[in-house]
Amino acid sequence: MTDLQIDHGIDRKIDTSQMKVTSEVAIQITDMNKWFGAFHVLRDINMTVNRGERIVICGPSGSGKSTLIRCINRLEEHQAGQIIVDGTELTSDLKNIDKVRSEVGMVFQHFNLFPHLTILENCTLAPIWVRKVPKKEADEIAMHFLEKVKIPEQALKYPGQLSGGQQQRVAIARSLCMRPRIMLFDEPTSALDPEMIKEVLDTMIQLAEEGMTMICVTHEMGFAQAVANRVIFMDQGQIVEQNEPREFFNNPRSDRTKLFLSQILGH
Amino acid sequence: MSNIESHTIAYVRGTMIPEQDPPITETGAIKWLRENLFSGWFNTLLTILSLLIIWWSVAAIGPWLWNMVWNAGSLRECREILAGAEGACFAVINDRWHQLLFGFYPPALYWRPVLALILLFVALAPVLFPDLPRKLLWFSAVYPFVAYHLLWGGSVWLPIVALLGFVAGYVAWRLIHRMSPLASVFAAVIVPVLWWVILAAPLNSFLYSGLPWGLDFVRSDRFGGFLISLVIGITGISISLPLGILLALGRQSDMVFVKSVCVVFIEFIRGVPLITLLFTASLLLNYFLPPGTSFDLILRVIIMVTLFAAAYMAEVIRGGLAALPRGQYEAADALGLDYWKAQRLIIMPQALKISIPGIVNTFIGLFKDTTLVVFIGLLDPIGLSNAIRASTDWQGVYWELFIFIGLLFFVFCFGISRYSMYLERRLKTDHK
Repeated sequence: MTDLQIDHGIDRKIDTSQMKVTSEVAIQITDMNKWFGAFHVLRDINMTVNRGERIVICGPSGSGKSTLIRCINRLEEHQAGQIIVDGTELTSDLKNIDKVRSEVGMVFQHFNLFPHLTILENCTLAPIWVRKVPKKEADEIAMHFLEKVKIPEQALKYPGQLSGGQQQRVAIARSLCMRPRIMLFDEPTSALDPEMIKEVLDTMIQLAEEGMTMICVTHEMGFAQAVANRVIFMDQGQIVEQNEPREFFNNPRSDRTKLFLSQILGH
Repeated sequence: MSNIESHTIAYVRGTMIPEQDPPITETGAIKWLRENLFSGWFNTLLTILSLLIIWWSVAAIGPWLWNMVWNAGSLRECREILAGAEGACFAVINDRWHQLLFGFYPPALYWRPVLALILLFVALAPVLFPDLPRKLLWFSAVYPFVAYHLLWGGSVWLPIVALLGFVAGYVAWRLIHRMSPLASVFAAVIVPVLWWVILAAPLNSFLYSGLPWGLDFVRSDRFGGFLISLVIGITGISISLPLGILLALGRQSDMVFVKSVCVVFIEFIRGVPLITLLFTASLLLNYFLPPGTSFDLILRVIIMVTLFAAAYMAEVIRGGLAALPRGQYEAADALGLDYWKAQRLIIMPQALKISIPGIVNTFIGLFKDTTLVVFIGLLDPIGLSNAIRASTDWQGVYWELFIFIGLLFFVFCFGISRYSMYLERRLKTDHK
């Protein structure tokens, strides 16, 4: 099979020097099952994420990929199996949940910035109230990360005054202000206009280059090829196939994967 | 078509046209009149009709107001001064304004409610206008106790001991919060209640016997007029908002017991007329309370009015909560904020902002509903207007009293309404 030509819109050279997968386990999911009422959304999920991994999860809509990463910071509760994040098992114990949440950053499809707070306040809120960082220091941390996502000049505006791409970059900065060790991205570019997708992907690539452990649910196959060290394909609540990106795209093994890839890359 | 194309399309203007004034029908007052009053035969008809109605009203009320009499000892004197002409006898206000405002509060002590009112504005200022120094909020927190002592007087220790109940609740919350956040919430409620029920009265009398300080005691039945409306209205407003928030949150809670208590409470209160609750407060409560306990009537009414408004408030706020996208809760969760912090910092600021019109509606409704206490024998302004009419001097004065009372209520309600509009403008950050 010849190399698939993927228009990934990523025109920069990616610095892979810091992108190292270590043997330290960051997330361990064992035999995890979840139901929405009678509907079996996630079935026997087994997955180990090592520190430094950049994983892209793809699959048709309704395949449970968002639900899977939302289970990792307990936005969704799983009913069977085990999820251990950074050595902390997710149970109904609120302390554990808060501990995991403050160490796992999450970026949503619809940004979910707080519209009544300025960009700066959005970024300093959690450090001040959860981490008890003094306000001045929190402001400095926030400005540091806003510079990193290249919008420090917007700090005093409100989310409603920013474009979608800018809002999503603020959302990334807001998560980073909590100094997370793991970042979850739930379709971060799906709600964006095409010309804004690139600026958000650039920010995500930058994060990957710094060695962040990332799990992204995304349809940006260019990003997957350029940055991911592993692509997971899900369908009907199960992990159907996973592989390193080159093999995954050029040599998909299951028929479902082939069908899915031909649908999203075929046009 | 071909005609145009056959000619040359080149064109050069010889002279420039100078700017000209628009036609007279398109500017100034004439334009405004034409567009707003006479824009068609139907609107012209309506305009003429409206002018006629205004004219008739002025012709009917005008002379009555124009001839108003401010200085007279009784309605009979008024009529003598008017000598048969139509005219308002506002002399009744001049003669009895202090009763309409203070009821039968001892005139020598009028300075106390007046001072309480002035301090009320000082206490409200930092709550209403965030630009003022935050330290003033301490005064706002202490104000209810200061106001209580100013209005009722008695032992100075009573409000202080009551205030200490809140301190005790806070201390309990701090001590237990580390061990169990949920238990600390219950402790923060139970400890103050125990303090007030068991410890407060003996402690007060002990301190008062040692140090008998305090202003002269004024009994509740001396209260009346606008004073009583303000005391009930303002206490009701300031307690029903936090209570309504808690009820709205309780109604959304996952905890079955909390949820059902809130639902039953809200639905029960909303299903019963306020007047029924007021009668319950004034008559029935005595049967249920242990014999010998006398429970201040104004306090009972305040409790009922507050509970009534809180149930409505809860539903208004629930509307605001329902309008928030789920993503806001999820973002707050994902950042590691616990329930109360998420509510305080993320959810409530937005939900309350959305609910401002409904909240203010409830406030104004509550304030005006305070006039219903006349039915259980409290002398609010309406009750006093009856009492004033009962005197031989002012028998038959209706309009003048009601206009005065209406005006006072209007000033307060209009003030609340304007403030809420200012608040909505100030909180507008969505740039829609």
